[in-house]
Amino acid sequence: MWREEAPPAMDAVRGILESHERDPGELLQILIKVQHSYHYVPDAAVELIADHLRVTRAHVRGLVGFYSFLSSTYRGEYAVYISDNITDRMQGSTGLATYLCNRLNVKLGETRQDGRVSVRFTSCTGMCDQGPAALINERALTRLTRQRMDRIAELINSRTPMEEWPAELFVVEDNFRRSDVMFRRAFEPGAALKAAMLRGGDETLKSLQFEEAVDPSSGHAWRRGADETLKELYRSDLRGRGGAGFKAAIKWETCRDISAPERYVICNADEGEPGTFKDRVLLTSYADMVFEGMTICGYVVGSTRGILYIRQEYWYLKSHLEAVLARRREADLLGRNVLGTGFAFDIDIHWGAGAYIAGMESALIESVEGRRAKPRKRWPLPVVAGLNRRPTVVNNVETFAAAATIALKGGAWFAGHGTGHSAGTKLFCVSGDCERAGIYEYPFGVSVREVLRDCGGLDAQAVQISGPSGVTITRAEFDRILAFEDLSTAGTCMVFGPQRDMFDVVRNFTQFFRHECCGLCTPCRVGTSLLEMLVEKVAAGKGSPVDVEQVQSICQLMKTTAHCGLGQTAPNHVIDSLVKFRGDWDKRMKTTDFVPAFDLDAALQEARQLTGRDDAMAHL
Amino acid sequence: MSPDTKKTFQLDGKEIPFREGQTVFDAAMAAGVYIPHLCHNPDFEPHSSCRLCTVIVNGRPFASCTQPAVAGQDVRSDTPELNEMRRALTDMLLVEGNHYCPACEKSGNCRLQATAYALGLQDSHFPQFFPRRDVDASHPDIILDRDRCILCGLCLRISRSVDKKSVFAMTGRGITTTIVVDSPSGLLADSKVSREDEAVRHCPVGALMMKGEAYMVPIGQRRYDVSPISEDSVREFHAREEAHNG
Repeated sequence: MWREEAPPAMDAVRGILESHERDPGELLQILIKVQHSYHYVPDAAVELIADHLRVTRAHVRGLVGFYSFLSSTYRGEYAVYISDNITDRMQGSTGLATYLCNRLNVKLGETRQDGRVSVRFTSCTGMCDQGPAALINERALTRLTRQRMDRIAELINSRTPMEEWPAELFVVEDNFRRSDVMFRRAFEPGAALKAAMLRGGDETLKSLQFEEAVDPSSGHAWRRGADETLKELYRSDLRGRGGAGFKAAIKWETCRDISAPERYVICNADEGEPGTFKDRVLLTSYADMVFEGMTICGYVVGSTRGILYIRQEYWYLKSHLEAVLARRREADLLGRNVLGTGFAFDIDIHWGAGAYIAGMESALIESVEGRRAKPRKRWPLPVVAGLNRRPTVVNNVETFAAAATIALKGGAWFAGHGTGHSAGTKLFCVSGDCERAGIYEYPFGVSVREVLRDCGGLDAQAVQISGPSGVTITRAEFDRILAFEDLSTAGTCMVFGPQRDMFDVVRNFTQFFRHECCGLCTPCRVGTSLLEMLVEKVAAGKGSPVDVEQVQSICQLMKTTAHCGLGQTAPNHVIDSLVKFRGDWDKRMKTTDFVPAFDLDAALQEARQLTGRDDAMAHL
Repeated sequence: MSPDTKKTFQLDGKEIPFREGQTVFDAAMAAGVYIPHLCHNPDFEPHSSCRLCTVIVNGRPFASCTQPAVAGQDVRSDTPELNEMRRALTDMLLVEGNHYCPACEKSGNCRLQATAYALGLQDSHFPQFFPRRDVDASHPDIILDRDRCILCGLCLRISRSVDKKSVFAMTGRGITTTIVVDSPSGLLADSKVSREDEAVRHCPVGALMMKGEAYMVPIGQRRYDVSPISEDSVREFHAREEAHNG
């Protein structure tokens, strides 16, 4: 274990603090920078930060202990995080992690004695179509193999600066395998925004140049465009793409209609649901479309400030996203006077720091405000009292992209695709046991079978729809459709071939939820741990029917009493597995009698250590 | 316009009057109906984290301490299913920490213990976690025993909003969530906390306790030894309402 010899110099911390306002909302962004430059958050930094922002040290420590990518102990010059989604495991990540640790002579989860490197697991990094994946110092590693691990170990051992690492290690592909009406053509920056502003204008107006049209002398009241665009959004029947499926127009209108001195537009790019990576692709290749959707939202609801909240796993996109924003400011698509209309709107980027729960609307807002990403009380809703307790629209990346398309092409056009309850097209992230993993755009209503046919995964025994919090479907259900009226989904399809043991999936998912639970409410905090303990007990061959009954009652308890969606949906996969893949549980249960999980001999280990004994008499 | 006090909802088939802005919990307690709860103390803002006060409102579960009462809604609370869930939640709080009731000074005054009794929780059904948690006895007047903490967050809320000191915060997450103290060393001794603080007086369990006050009241004569928490809570609630009204 590495230990701090002397407190490091605080010059870098002071520099970071100077670049931030004395606003407690900046806390998380400051901590991220400190972690990046020191590879931990030293105690001395905690003091300075608390002092600068006038918050307590305990509050600062509260964040450091909450977010996975922050730490109070040194994580090494090179911090490696191996993505631990089930798809990574299926591609051999567990063995590769051990292999890398051996090559580096470091223990998993610890920092090497010389302070050079640490290797640990992290939740899905959003590269399931090109795994096994990992992160190293905020950059994304994909398609890992033993050869690549050798290379990485050499670069670390030779202390090669990250800038000199070969680019091929960091190649991230879009893998956009199928596009439909939304993403078939490139997006022209500004077109949707102009269409929104002119919406409702007559033929004469349409014949004018944009500058002339929005000039007061043209007679077109430009606020009218906002109202007309909202009507188009209603006509489109667009439902939120983040999974919950709430109607976007209702959210926008509610936000618009509440009297408040300020309101906000937040784009949720936390994308933490394992198996999901569409937001990564959208922000890589359709960032303009997303930002334009946010700008249109600002125009419609009367907001001047947009925030992109993005997970730190996508830090490698930082310069790209900043460049797109700069270009949009340059083109007057953002700024104090958007397109010369007097409308002011700009977008900031806020980074997450490793917390799945931050994808939850109200937890995300807490995080933007510089706190632990803990879901708020149920009422009031964020659209009424969100960021800084002001009305706030929080929509998914894909929702904003769709809103931009609707502003351009109209609501009826959008509603003409998809099904009765699920208008439009949807991006699906396909990964796992198939020939062509990647992004597929389909109109809502596509069957699972069709997706499997297209991606080359028809021999699958199961598909996990919408990630661990979603639904597990079996071969008999492949004709079910992906739409809010049947398989409601944020767009994730993880495919499991016939060779897979579905109990391994349960183990992976229960570990994920235990790790990502925020700890606020009893049923989720204790329930996710109990589920993991009981599943591991079954895995160890000590499970009995009594344990399965207990698993079932904990699942029910969590569904009914958990505070937020994380806890309410965390047991879904367990419930599904017990119904649909009971055989994979039963084959591990060697007895019908109860076996205690408690290992008496192992419990004596501490006593043996204290007494310095390890002889036969000191064992059972 | 009819006066607000005429508004009612149904709670387990009983007509419960409420005032505009009241929660289901407050209205029920005011009407003399006990809803089990641990993280909520009606003197302070609700937190809805322990989930014991979960009720079914028009068929859907909600934490009653934060759920606004609405006229005509159908609320179920005292049902076998919900009471079974409350037993399980209490059981969870017991196994995740290290609770040794027979040897705990808080015994008889402890809301966790009293609630377990009120719900008829006779023994534990879950595996014990045996967590390693720090005890902070550095302060001359106050002990912070994290073994007994149920993470209700009351000390955080009270220290922030009443004492204006923000002595406590939470760190970690999930099952590793723990209370941290605001001081250079992280110990109570060099924090701003003092025995006069409200924050150290409302711990529902034995996590925050005063030194020098132990065993002043003999076991057997303590608060919940005298009357069960179901009655005590309602009585306390009424006393508070009366004090507020007048």
